[in-house]
Amino acid sequence: MSGITGAAMSGYLAYVGRRLGQFLLVVFIGINIAYVVTHASPVDPVEQSISAVTSYGSTAPEAIEQMRNSLRELYGLGGNPVEQYFQFWKRILRADFGPSLSAFPTPVGTLIGRALPWTVGLLAVSTIVAWGLGNLLGGLAGYYRQSRGLKLMGVIAMGLHPIPYYILAMLLLIVFGFLWPVLPISGGSAMNLPQTLTPEFVLSVLRHAILPALSLILIGVGSWFLGMRALVSNVLAEDFVVYAELAGVRPWRILTAYVMRNALVPQVTGLAMSLGGIFNGAVITEKVFGYPGLGSLLVDAVYAGDYGLVLGVTTISILGVSIGVLAIDLLYPLLDPRVKIS
Amino acid sequence: MSVLLRDLLRHSPEFRIGAVLVGFVLLLSALASFSPYPPESVYVVPPDLPPSLVYWFGTTSRGQDVFWQLSFAIRNTLMFGCTVALVSRLLALVVGLVSGYKGGWIDRALMSVNDSFIVIPLLPILVLFYFMMRDRISWLMLALIMACFGWAYDARLIRSVVMSLKAREFTQTCLFSGMSTREILTREHLPYVMPIVFSTTMNNMVWSIGLEVTLAVLGFTDINTPTIGGMIYWANQHTAMVAGIWWWIAFPTVTVIMAFIGLFLLAVSANAYIDPRSRLWGTGGAP
Repeated sequence: MSGITGAAMSGYLAYVGRRLGQFLLVVFIGINIAYVVTHASPVDPVEQSISAVTSYGSTAPEAIEQMRNSLRELYGLGGNPVEQYFQFWKRILRADFGPSLSAFPTPVGTLIGRALPWTVGLLAVSTIVAWGLGNLLGGLAGYYRQSRGLKLMGVIAMGLHPIPYYILAMLLLIVFGFLWPVLPISGGSAMNLPQTLTPEFVLSVLRHAILPALSLILIGVGSWFLGMRALVSNVLAEDFVVYAELAGVRPWRILTAYVMRNALVPQVTGLAMSLGGIFNGAVITEKVFGYPGLGSLLVDAVYAGDYGLVLGVTTISILGVSIGVLAIDLLYPLLDPRVKIS
Repeated sequence: MSVLLRDLLRHSPEFRIGAVLVGFVLLLSALASFSPYPPESVYVVPPDLPPSLVYWFGTTSRGQDVFWQLSFAIRNTLMFGCTVALVSRLLALVVGLVSGYKGGWIDRALMSVNDSFIVIPLLPILVLFYFMMRDRISWLMLALIMACFGWAYDARLIRSVVMSLKAREFTQTCLFSGMSTREILTREHLPYVMPIVFSTTMNNMVWSIGLEVTLAVLGFTDINTPTIGGMIYWANQHTAMVAGIWWWIAFPTVTVIMAFIGLFLLAVSANAYIDPRSRLWGTGGAP
């Protein structure tokens, strides 16, 4: 215990380097998939946008031609495929997705910037609560096997975990929208409040976040609970736990410092691995509750035929989730010091 | 096989409940063959009737019988899940077997790609895909795309099993008796991996059906083929909840939830069966 030794430090740096490489690979593969999806389809996004605009009324042919050219330039569809590919990357690296068609002339970046804090806030709070609560309860359920309350919780977790986010969100919407209307079911805050840091506004934001967060938490708790319960019952059979019991260590200390501490390690890896899936859930939950985040932005952009916005949200989602995973990966050595040596 | 099923039925409450739920859903989907109405037709029965003896689950605002529509929908939805599961199992097996057996840089490269596919958020990409395809999207296309993303997690699982198989003596014996890599993997290792493949199949179906329902509800699939998500989509389009036509949403939702919980419980019991420690625990044979 003489502080960080040189070997451990270089081990940590090597670990950070590997995780950074993985992060870059995820972003690279993700963006390439987005490229293939947008460029290999038989439908021309420019013609799509033009037909969406011209279907509302007659437009002069010269104006259409002008629009077609400017859109081609905007979407980087000019030139041969190699040029298009590099054009695509250039735009993404500069985070330049052009003006939004559905909210012309607001740039796509501004719309995403407005929506991002809502999604990040909702996602961060509900993921941390679900993960923490699920692991705590799952750990207790694995340790106190005979407890009836915890057994019942296991049954509930098994029933909730496989239900997709959309269905659970819809059920909550029906319960709190039609049967027992006590909570706001739509929007991110009350419409009549200015978006400044007043107590009323904060309270309104919190009240509006309850249902979207609840649907994310209910499903999340179930999966962490089941995982942790199984892990704890495996760790309980380890020699060091038996030894601690024989040595007279108090049960609570065995549970927290011996059993859960070790069982948490795979759960942190699990969190990093399921972040993409949790993000999918947040997208759909936001749409159900009309929450003003990336999910609503994405779905509404599809309905409005706004190519730049759809591509922008997809790219930001890939980037955002990868950054989240990287952050978890970099915190991981705090919990599992072994990565510094290996 | 019959002994295995008997043991599972006797000792695993998860398997019992799961089998009943999945059995019910399968029965409902099998009934689709006896439907008096073709699945795509509308206005074949009086609209908006509540559940009655004539129309068991009521009728929709589009003049369809909810019961028969539901049987087509659950059949298509299950078929979608099976297709995704089948194709993604093949990918997971190939990647998992090769990566676990070969090791070295092949393993590292494959697992880097594998981990990327686990992390990348799929829903925005599927939405982007729908945005590009629009009306040309078909359920087979969607199933293949999802299969391309649904293999990664299970490939990791298969890899870890193969890595432990590789360290066992029989693999050395095979190698020295001159079997090729392909022969060792398909003849010797594959049988050990199959139980995991079966249990992940059910979890994969839960995953892919969940995504399909989500996309269909938003209208981002081929909405003219009846699926569970498609039914809820049309019900939302006709504001069924506000109009008080609750049966249009309630029956598809209950059916699909039964399918999810049933498949998940079957996967849980299969996992417990594969892991001998928890099997012993279930019969009271271990501390």
